[in-house]
Amino acid sequence: MLEEYTDKNTLTMNFGPQHPAAHGVLRMVLELDGEIVERVDPHIGLLHRGTEKLMETRTYLQNLPYLDRLDYVAPMNQEHAWCIALETLCNIKISKRASDIRVLFCEIGRVLNHLLNITTQGMDVGALTPIFWGFEEREKLMEFYERASGARLHAAYFRPGGVHQDLPKKLLEDILIWAEGFPEKLDDLEGLLTENRIFKQRNVDIGVVSKKEAIELGFSGVMLRGSGVPWDLRRSQPYETYSEYKFSIPIGKNGDCYDRYLLRIQEMKESINIIKQALKKLEYTVGDDVLVRGKFTPPKRDDMKNSMEALIHHFKLYTEGFRVPKGSIYSCVEAPKGEFGVFIVSDGTNQPYRVKLRAPGFVHLSAMERITKGHQLADVSAILGSLDIVFGEIDR
Amino acid sequence: MPFFETNIGIFVLVLGQCLLVMLCVLASLAFIMYGERKVWGLLQLRRGPNVVGPFGILQSFADLLKHVFKEIIVPTESDKVVFFLAPLISFVLALVAWVVVPFDEGWVISNINIGVLYLFAVSSLEVYGVIMGGWASNSKYPFLGSLRSASQMISYEVSIGFIIIGVIISAGSLNLSEIVMAQKGNYGMLNWFWLPHLPMVFFFLVSALAETNRPPFDLPEAEAELVAGYQVEYTSTPYLLFMIGELSAVLLMTALITILFFGGWLSPVSFLPDGFFWMLSKMLLFFFVFSLIKGLVPRYRYDQLMRLGWKVMLPVSLGWVVFVSFMAHFKILNYARW
Repeated sequence: MLEEYTDKNTLTMNFGPQHPAAHGVLRMVLELDGEIVERVDPHIGLLHRGTEKLMETRTYLQNLPYLDRLDYVAPMNQEHAWCIALETLCNIKISKRASDIRVLFCEIGRVLNHLLNITTQGMDVGALTPIFWGFEEREKLMEFYERASGARLHAAYFRPGGVHQDLPKKLLEDILIWAEGFPEKLDDLEGLLTENRIFKQRNVDIGVVSKKEAIELGFSGVMLRGSGVPWDLRRSQPYETYSEYKFSIPIGKNGDCYDRYLLRIQEMKESINIIKQALKKLEYTVGDDVLVRGKFTPPKRDDMKNSMEALIHHFKLYTEGFRVPKGSIYSCVEAPKGEFGVFIVSDGTNQPYRVKLRAPGFVHLSAMERITKGHQLADVSAILGSLDIVFGEIDR
Repeated sequence: MPFFETNIGIFVLVLGQCLLVMLCVLASLAFIMYGERKVWGLLQLRRGPNVVGPFGILQSFADLLKHVFKEIIVPTESDKVVFFLAPLISFVLALVAWVVVPFDEGWVISNINIGVLYLFAVSSLEVYGVIMGGWASNSKYPFLGSLRSASQMISYEVSIGFIIIGVIISAGSLNLSEIVMAQKGNYGMLNWFWLPHLPMVFFFLVSALAETNRPPFDLPEAEAELVAGYQVEYTSTPYLLFMIGELSAVLLMTALITILFFGGWLSPVSFLPDGFFWMLSKMLLFFFVFSLIKGLVPRYRYDQLMRLGWKVMLPVSLGWVVFVSFMAHFKILNYARW
């Protein structure tokens, strides 16, 4: 290919899609002046599966598992947005127990996500050990997912109207044991990174995003709070029973990669806090139904054996699905990566007319050039690591 | 005249010695590789290699076979001659250096009296393997990797040189065996050069890491940025040669640290006999340290590495040379042992 002649002697190169630090299938075209990055052009779409379009031809319940496959690092948080959207549209009020279970697993999802992110951020700057330590803990959390829903990853556990099944008592006990021991493991992990001089040198003052910039670029989640904007949907527009929980929201100061790393560590500690509170709350509601029984949810197994109507309802629900009143709704949750939103346009049938998914990672990635310009080549991967992107949700 | 005193006899003898050392070094590299992977395994809550042979001890040989039997892929746009010359250079130079390394009193193939300079020269040449490999690949990642390594290896060689000068001033000789013998005394390990040259031990360790492209200075092959740096386009046996060369250079550095600062084959306590065993165990100890470091540290950025090399390592080691010269000249504290 002929390259245009300029006075500047820049080197254009591909970063990805097969690159160890590309976090999946990102391809970036970098323009380098020596080691200095002049231009970053992220090319996305290599993992595009047409989720939004596919959703238009499936019932609302069939669409639920697609949400798992967006940000596959913390699947249940995405389901949550979908469920909340439908519940608001259909005016369903879920039981307290179901709500607490959702909070519990949302926070587990947050820990899952942040564990992966800080350890891969470590790997992006060359520390190879943290990821193994982090995955040890992630594995345990995956097991909790499995014991609750039967699937390690694609849980499909949150349903419109509550959660699929109640949690066994032993599982709650085990989660508590894990939550008691986790801070110690986190300290070990921090010992490798937080005060490590090289880690700090690689992250402090790298990829700085100012407060104003963060808002203008449409950041959310840790990316926004890292720049010092106190904004967390769990606090600013509480959903579920979050308003009953005591937790603090850590805010960054400098908006650099290191602040974002620290925030994620702090958020994990807060999540443990919330998990413990949720476990406590769940003790008071033992035996309550976790699904609002009605047109949107399946009947109890027991009823199906004895009642013809229940059996018919079950059959209709899983074949035709339920109808959602005409209208449109945007609902969002504080997913670990930021504001994850679902916009549904319903035409009154059993399938959505149009669905739009707002993935936080997409917004963050689009700011890549603005953040990275003028940094060194090595900083590209450090910044990419701290953006916390997962291609399941960006490419959808 | 006995056979081993004729010209041919000496030739056969030297050839035999060379083969023996080469064989030992290469064989021990295999096990050291295994040991290193086990260390990382323990560090990372894994088991490490444990399938091939008892406790996975034959893993390196399995890897060797795997590499050798793979197809050699040559990039079409590459410079074919240099492309294959590069791994050879890096492999040969890594082995050639062992010629002057004394493993025990008299256990050295060539006891030349400028041993240190020879070692220094050979390890400086190793950068050519990397540069040529990266350049000949005619690809962007290897190119950047080789550029980095050129400046990195050269920068740290300078400070290594000064650190070695300090030791040479103390020992009064460039001969590696004599440097070791200068550390012999009644107090065992307290006689070794690590004590008078204590700060330089750490500096040497850091420079050695940088010189051999080990973390936290593995910029030429930084996987998070350059995928594998200069090795990107290499497959099969050429890649294997690079790997062996690199590992052998690391082992050489452990030998050098042992000889310069930790009394080579001398026993750490005076009531135990000196011998090869000590040399080996000291080298292994340092190799263990190198492995641990690899498991624990993140990677420096290019400019930070340069800053460390030129603004910290160089002035301090230069200052140390002046300091040691001063101490040696006025015969203070046994700094001069000649």
